[in-house]
Amino acid sequence: MLSLSDREKRIPGEGRSKPLSAVEAGKKVYIVAVDSGQGLKGRLAAMGLVPGVPVDVILNAPRGPFIVAVKGSRVMLGRGMAGKIIVV
Amino acid sequence: MGSKIVVALAGNPNSGKTTIFNNLTGARQHVGNYPGVTVERKEGYVRHDGREILFVDLPGTYSLTAYSAEELVARNFIVDEKPDVVVDIIDSSNLERNLYLAVQLMETRVPLILAFNMSDEARARGYEFDLEKFSRFFNAPVVRTVGHKGEGMEELIEQIIAVASPGGDPGEGPSVNYGDELEEEIGRIVSLLSDDPLLTQKYGARWLAVKLLENDRDVLEKVSSEAVRARLTKSASHIEGILGEHPETVIASRRYGFISGACQEAVHSTVEVLHTISDRIDSVVTSRVLGIPIFLGFMYLVFYLTFTLGDPPMGWIEGFFKWLGDNVGVLWPEGSESLLKSLLIDGIIGGVGGVIVFLPNILLLFFAIAILEDSGYMARAAFIMDRLMHRIGLHGKSFIPMLIGFGCSVPAIMATRMLENRRDRLVTMLVVPLMSCGARLPIYALIIPAFFPQAWNAPMLWIIYVIGILLAVVSAKILRSTIFKGESVPFVMELPPYRLPTVRGVLTHMWQRGWLYLKKAGTIILGISIILWALTTFPGLPEEQVQRFEEEKQTVETIVTDEETKKEKIASIENAMTEASLEDSIAGRIGHALEPVLKPMGFDWKIGTALIGAFAAKEVFVAQLGIVYSVGKEADEESSPLRDQLRANYTPLVAFCIMLFCLVSAPCMATIAVTRRESNSWRWALFQLSGLTVMAWILTVVVFQAGRLFGIGI
Repeated sequence: MLSLSDREKRIPGEGRSKPLSAVEAGKKVYIVAVDSGQGLKGRLAAMGLVPGVPVDVILNAPRGPFIVAVKGSRVMLGRGMAGKIIVV
Repeated sequence: MGSKIVVALAGNPNSGKTTIFNNLTGARQHVGNYPGVTVERKEGYVRHDGREILFVDLPGTYSLTAYSAEELVARNFIVDEKPDVVVDIIDSSNLERNLYLAVQLMETRVPLILAFNMSDEARARGYEFDLEKFSRFFNAPVVRTVGHKGEGMEELIEQIIAVASPGGDPGEGPSVNYGDELEEEIGRIVSLLSDDPLLTQKYGARWLAVKLLENDRDVLEKVSSEAVRARLTKSASHIEGILGEHPETVIASRRYGFISGACQEAVHSTVEVLHTISDRIDSVVTSRVLGIPIFLGFMYLVFYLTFTLGDPPMGWIEGFFKWLGDNVGVLWPEGSESLLKSLLIDGIIGGVGGVIVFLPNILLLFFAIAILEDSGYMARAAFIMDRLMHRIGLHGKSFIPMLIGFGCSVPAIMATRMLENRRDRLVTMLVVPLMSCGARLPIYALIIPAFFPQAWNAPMLWIIYVIGILLAVVSAKILRSTIFKGESVPFVMELPPYRLPTVRGVLTHMWQRGWLYLKKAGTIILGISIILWALTTFPGLPEEQVQRFEEEKQTVETIVTDEETKKEKIASIENAMTEASLEDSIAGRIGHALEPVLKPMGFDWKIGTALIGAFAAKEVFVAQLGIVYSVGKEADEESSPLRDQLRANYTPLVAFCIMLFCLVSAPCMATIAVTRRESNSWRWALFQLSGLTVMAWILTVVVFQAGRLFGIGI
């Protein structure tokens, strides 16, 4: 786990924020913001997806929804939703 | 002593809450492994040391906000009805996320007990908990439980009694510190709220203030003070200005902060937690290439098993009812056939027997669905289907109600509550009846082996189900691009880890559903069988017609001398007589009246009569056909099975059309009623009824006419 995030830090440009949907499977990222309406924010918060939280991308199939690990549980997100979660 | 204790069971979906509810109360109720299965408030009593404890099983929720119907139900029960104790069932192998609800429960200031469930699984994953520390953090006793083994139930009940007894009130406990900025705003709102003592006394000023800052619409409606509303807008922009986030997000983050603080102190992890096996399975099962083939493969397997394993026990049940009918028939001496005999043998034993025969099929189907649910595969199926569902404008979650629809449309329509968007909900509700329900299985199980070769039995059944799915997809797409235009809600759903289903769990679920089916056979279908029997028996042939048939028989008796020919002639006259009396009956008349509509589909009035029964409940179609054909057969001949009768009267093409029509057409009365209740309008219920029936008619006409034209299955 630690070695992975260390390696990520060394890759240039990796520290810039991007949507979660652009993160490859196997990467660990941190949520910085959720760019959506109040309702969705609340739902995401209830599932543990709040700013500051580390998220492991488990599966990211092209054009499909994908799976992330957050706080010990697996959550599937639709692509639209994943695009609204900003991570570093 | 002696007073009733009201206990609410709260918890995340997949936390094993329903299993614990069943353990505590002995109530039998369904448990699934995908989110959102418990949508209704369930209650159960238990007596312990002379005290009565009422358990209320709240819907599984992640949070106590007002975003979904389930969360609102759970929360309103807790804050409005104020149970004596709330037990929060926590999946302790997934602690942090589960504690989010616990924090919110703690904030409502209800007497709380935390049940660390699945503690065996947590231990296996290397977690060790300091329960005493947790108990201090949350100001609530903590009990270790293992729901599926029934461990910890005694202790839980003892704690409930201790917490509920007077003097057991632990008083003001700790609360989450939301940070200086937010606490300042909370303080301001609390002081403004004190103008409304009625409200603050009921809910607590701090809880209200936090909820208001969370932008909770339901709570906001309760607050009438303009000053508070004005302050809220100011607070929100103030917080956003300083912290760069909505208060709501800050509040959620601080709660998680509180939880991770607690966990850091009270949890020791000896092994790195990994869902390795689950992930490895998921990378295959949910992959883009293999996901859908695997899903379809599982479905095929389910239907294959339902058909092949169900066959022998069906034979036994069939044999039993035949034996029963014969033995009851003996009670009436030859020549004294009365209406009562006909009612008992043809109406009741024939009708109910014809339905119970399919119990093995139904049980096997439910058995397979229970395995898929309890193992965790159902949630993956929803995930796999999200790609497809999204393309037709639905939510991946819509697939869960549709899967339940294979069992029964009624719980499936109720399960649409898990969809937050009303448009998604209504569309799903309207197309759910196209998922071929368990009650339609008897129709296929009757017809398929009668008309198609053995090797084609399972594929045929599979084809019917797939047609239903495709039609549901197409209808949803049409509805979504016409009546229900608009964006669909993004997809978020928890994937529970794969679990080996327990034998007890699977059998319990199978039996619960099978029992519902039997109950239906015993009550509704029994009643309908009797009504339908009456419809096919009365008014009976007019006296002069009976006389004419009798005279014909007399003539044959006297003129024909050869014994063989005489028997044959009399039999054919009797046959014509029953035929005529059936045509003359109420059901026959309705069937005849419908004939102009039925004919283009290749149906005769007998099928029309059975279809009338199918509207009451789909499986009645079989019972009704049984009655129609036993009425039409020669009275003293050995009764030949219904399948032979059908084979003699219809072509495989018509048989297929019957199945197609039954698949698509008018859902049963119960479905219409539940759609009415869940959509809260007769409009949608009637729209569903008429839309599906018209679609069924058009499709069946097209298939029948095309089949006849090309000479397929004639």
